[in-house]
Amino acid sequence: MSSAAQSPGAPVDLPADRQKIVDLGFVPVRAKLIEVAAFLDRVERYGVASDYRCVAMRAALSALADGKPERARRILESFSDPTTEPDAVSTGKAAYGAYRPPGA
Amino acid sequence: MRYIEPHGHMVSRTTDDYQAMVIAGCQAVCEPAFWAGYDRTSVDGFRDYFRQLTDYEPARAAKYRLPHYCWLCINPKEAEDMALAKDVIDLIPSLLDKPTVLGIGEIGLNRNTRNEMKVLEMHIDLAVKHNQLILVHTPHLEDKLKGTRLISDVLKSHSGVNPGRVIIDHVEEHTIKRVLDQGFWAGITLYPDSKSSPPRAVDMIEICGRERIWMNSACDWGHSDPLSVPKACLEMRARGYSAEFIDQVVYQNPVRFLSQCPKFKLGGQPAG
Ligand SMILES: [Zn+2]
Repeated sequence: MSSAAQSPGAPVDLPADRQKIVDLGFVPVRAKLIEVAAFLDRVERYGVASDYRCVAMRAALSALADGKPERARRILESFSDPTTEPDAVSTGKAAYGAYRPPGA
Repeated sequence: MRYIEPHGHMVSRTTDDYQAMVIAGCQAVCEPAFWAGYDRTSVDGFRDYFRQLTDYEPARAAKYRLPHYCWLCINPKEAEDMALAKDVIDLIPSLLDKPTVLGIGEIGLNRNTRNEMKVLEMHIDLAVKHNQLILVHTPHLEDKLKGTRLISDVLKSHSGVNPGRVIIDHVEEHTIKRVLDQGFWAGITLYPDSKSSPPRAVDMIEICGRERIWMNSACDWGHSDPLSVPKACLEMRARGYSAEFIDQVVYQNPVRFLSQCPKFKLGGQPAG
């Protein structure tokens, strides 16, 4: 690589009106949270809550309420394939949304 | 408001989309080569696709006086067939002098396989040999983190790669810092159900800065929105960011990266 590693840019100065961020986001995000709850109810009602993707979703939810920052990054990582070597063969063109542990 | 759409698969869009983008302030659109939704069976399928990207699509955009540029490659979804990949890569050098070809892309990984890695390395060699910009696709969903690591490692290990001439696209909160830390540009793709939403894209800019970031719609034949970049502008505006701030993110930044290719011009003039 012909140039040294760089640090990411400096964080942006946030706009002065901080309250606005709640006003903008609360109702749309409230709706998404209820969708999550309804989805988990639905897969139980259908008897498929043990699907590995539903298991991964319930595990990811713990990051929402643990009081620690970078929730989005941590949830994305919790859904991710933790292996590091290229796969010998492809298992198909499409990804599924959550890593499938061996045997799951 | 003015913006660049640096990643749109316009062959899959209607002429109405071109019109809507121009009305929304689009000043140029750039189209990476991608998967058609089915596997092409021979190099001739790619020959025709590249003709569509370099001849037909610029003419369609020109009806709206919208500059149209493209990137060439065999996309990672078709990279399992090594013989076909080699044939397509051998075809590309003869097209690199076309006036609207900006570089090699969107290369990268899809399911993080060994064959995909080999084809990625062949593309990187091609780009370095011909001094081309590189546009990288990172995998979807659970494959993105691993794929981004593999891609950045192989780019870093190549002595001929200048990271300032590489954009790694489809970053999310778990990959953006790795990309920027290593000196690459980062592309944030705005999709309805995957990749990033406009609010999350603006969050990433707030956290990581706006120096080497662009936003794109990556609109194609799937669930996607060719006006998602102007919608992200609305999100920035609603939060209270200035017109100058927004202009840097959606216009000046892509112009700065793309102008590293001297063929990139706006309104008949060199951009920048
Ligand atoms: Zn794309």
